[in-house]
Amino acid sequence: MADTVQVWSTGLQASSAQPSATEKLRLFLRRRSTVAFLMCLPLIVIITFLVIYPAFYSIYLSMLNKTQTRFIGLGNFQFLLSRDVFRMVVEQTAIFALSAVFFKALIGLITAHLINNLPAKGQRKWRGMLLVPWVIPLALSSLGWWWLFDPTHSAFNYILESLGFNQIGWLSNPYWARFSVILVNVWYGAPFFLIMYLAALKSVPEQLYEAASIDGASAWQKFVHITLPMMRNIIAITVLFSLIVTFANFDIVQIMTAGGPRNMTHVFATYAFMLGIRSGDLPLGAATSLFMFPILGVAAILILRGVRKRGREIG
Amino acid sequence: MSQSVLPTRPSRRSLLKSAALGSVAAVAAPYVKDTYAAGSLSLGVWDHWVPGANNTLTKLCNEWGAKNNCEVKIDYITSQGEKDKLTAAAEAQAGTGHDIMSHRDWNIRIHQNVLEPMDDVVSQLIKQYGPISPVAEYLAKIKGTWMGVATTVGSQVKPCCSRISLYKQHAGIDVTELFPADESKWDKTKTDSWNWDTYLDSAQKLFKAGFPVGLPMGQSSDSVDWTGALFNAFGVVLVDAKDNIKVNSDETRTVMEYAKKLMAVNPPEVYAWDDAGNNRWLISGKGSSIMNPPSAWAVAKRDNPSVAADCWTHPMPKGPKGRFVGQLPQFYGLWNFSKNKAAAKDLLLYISQKDSAAQLVQASFGYDLPSFKTMYDLPTWQTVEPPVGTVYGYPPRGDEQTSIAGAPARSEVGAQIYNQAINTVMVAKFTQGNEKLEDVIKWAENELEGTLRV
Repeated sequence: MADTVQVWSTGLQASSAQPSATEKLRLFLRRRSTVAFLMCLPLIVIITFLVIYPAFYSIYLSMLNKTQTRFIGLGNFQFLLSRDVFRMVVEQTAIFALSAVFFKALIGLITAHLINNLPAKGQRKWRGMLLVPWVIPLALSSLGWWWLFDPTHSAFNYILESLGFNQIGWLSNPYWARFSVILVNVWYGAPFFLIMYLAALKSVPEQLYEAASIDGASAWQKFVHITLPMMRNIIAITVLFSLIVTFANFDIVQIMTAGGPRNMTHVFATYAFMLGIRSGDLPLGAATSLFMFPILGVAAILILRGVRKRGREIG
Repeated sequence: MSQSVLPTRPSRRSLLKSAALGSVAAVAAPYVKDTYAAGSLSLGVWDHWVPGANNTLTKLCNEWGAKNNCEVKIDYITSQGEKDKLTAAAEAQAGTGHDIMSHRDWNIRIHQNVLEPMDDVVSQLIKQYGPISPVAEYLAKIKGTWMGVATTVGSQVKPCCSRISLYKQHAGIDVTELFPADESKWDKTKTDSWNWDTYLDSAQKLFKAGFPVGLPMGQSSDSVDWTGALFNAFGVVLVDAKDNIKVNSDETRTVMEYAKKLMAVNPPEVYAWDDAGNNRWLISGKGSSIMNPPSAWAVAKRDNPSVAADCWTHPMPKGPKGRFVGQLPQFYGLWNFSKNKAAAKDLLLYISQKDSAAQLVQASFGYDLPSFKTMYDLPTWQTVEPPVGTVYGYPPRGDEQTSIAGAPARSEVGAQIYNQAINTVMVAKFTQGNEKLEDVIKWAENELEGTLRV
């Protein structure tokens, strides 16, 4: 009843005093959603031109023939699947990404715990130092690692030899080369996990641990029954984010091995570069780089659905 | 001092006459300068690794610009990380950018649809300087039309660069006597003795002495080029000009067995070397020989002068089918979206003259190699030192033929074979991976079939 009265009242006011155009604009600009949209507009424009347009363009490109004169649908993808080297690249990318993400997450979790248990004063120093790999430009640090692994003058081999061990073909033996590129990726990416997990750890209410202590829970039990469940969402999101980035990695492999020896360290991005830019087959290169898109897309949907579900449960 | 050999500004009458003549000699009509250039031109050019070499090209372009009232702007783009190729690919896709772009190896073929035909310029140069390198023709003459002009800057071959004293001491071979710095003194019996069998024998001795040769077996161009020359010397054809896959042959089996013996006396890290790996190997003093342009020697002059003074660049070993050296020419391409095509062609003709080439070769200490054999008499290769005559054998002389891995397949197919390094992966699979020869050939057949995709 009261609502009806209010509506009538508002209607009468409106008919008696129509807001001017300037006032309408001011009201429009005052709306929070409008302000938010306007503030996001530069970013939306940038993303549209630098992300969305290239993404759709590369999808279009991947469906053209070699000379980009004919639409061939999924022909490029079909062709790729028939190639031995490409199948090896799929396998290698999966090994590279999954093992690197696993170790990054593991090392990130362990170091986050270690730092979280340090006194507040020492924490800042360690946090800063451990973030260094993530802060240095990747191309630069990869080059540094390449020097350490240099096929002929490796610093690591110098140390090994001086300790009486045999030299290791860090980059010339395909299996060691795979190990080396994964190691560098872990070194670079672990600090991201560390900082995310540290933030998550700090947000776990201390009372939960106190209550568990009173109940006689061990450190491991606290970790399994309090820390991990409280961190599940952040773990899921960081793993998803890192998987996407690692599957698309280019710099480390390109600088350290360029896909060799015998194509045995190629990942999607380096193989796409070889086909698209070096060999001049842009459509095939585009198809290679898009190959994981549907798989990662499905993984993203599943992981984000889990995150939302847990969020609702907590809420 | 260079002088312009370009015709002076033509009259209307002479232009009409040229046009009439052009209709007679339609295809191979020489370049006719049809106007004063004026305006501006922009070039995206390969950034030379020799300090100061870019300045000579800039000077030549500015000279031409001053004479023709045209502003020339040059961007030197590094090939590190293939940035020059990325730039070319971006400009080709966008349809805008520089007027002239330098293209390495296969890029003329890759961008053929957006390049301006250059028959007029190249036919003029052929008229002046005689036949052009067959590798340049293979890479830039597409369906009978020249789509690029071979550059002097950055064009190269990859012959042997050997340590004189090490070969003498450990293999009993005097490379300076085999290939003295005067072609008229080359003795056919002696040069014929420099074959792949002798090479293997000497490589084994040098390996035992602790100074192995350094032959890269990665997937970059140095590896692909020397392996391509080896395959050619043994008569191996991967794919012929009619798209027939020919890798499954006795020649392939012979060369692979040979490669197994040769790679066994190389340092194991050659499988991970990039294009700088062999240079570093020679400069370090550990290596006795590499197959490379004189860049390693030039850097050794600065970093390890005693090694530089002991280097001698000379032809490749001879095989059952001849003596081949890997060649990688560069080209200038003129985008078809350029707004100043006539001026661009005029500039390219100017910087391709022998006088200009002489200055460019001098500035690069003999590294840059014109694609015309008649220019191999430039004085730089005879005079640079130490030791005097060290790079005389760099331009292909005697019976040495230039080649590129991937040929004689159609260049579209050749580009795939070359850039996917199918030849070196084959060798690496057999020698490093110890895969069965028949499996390697089967793998190569499958990969080569993929390169035939339209």
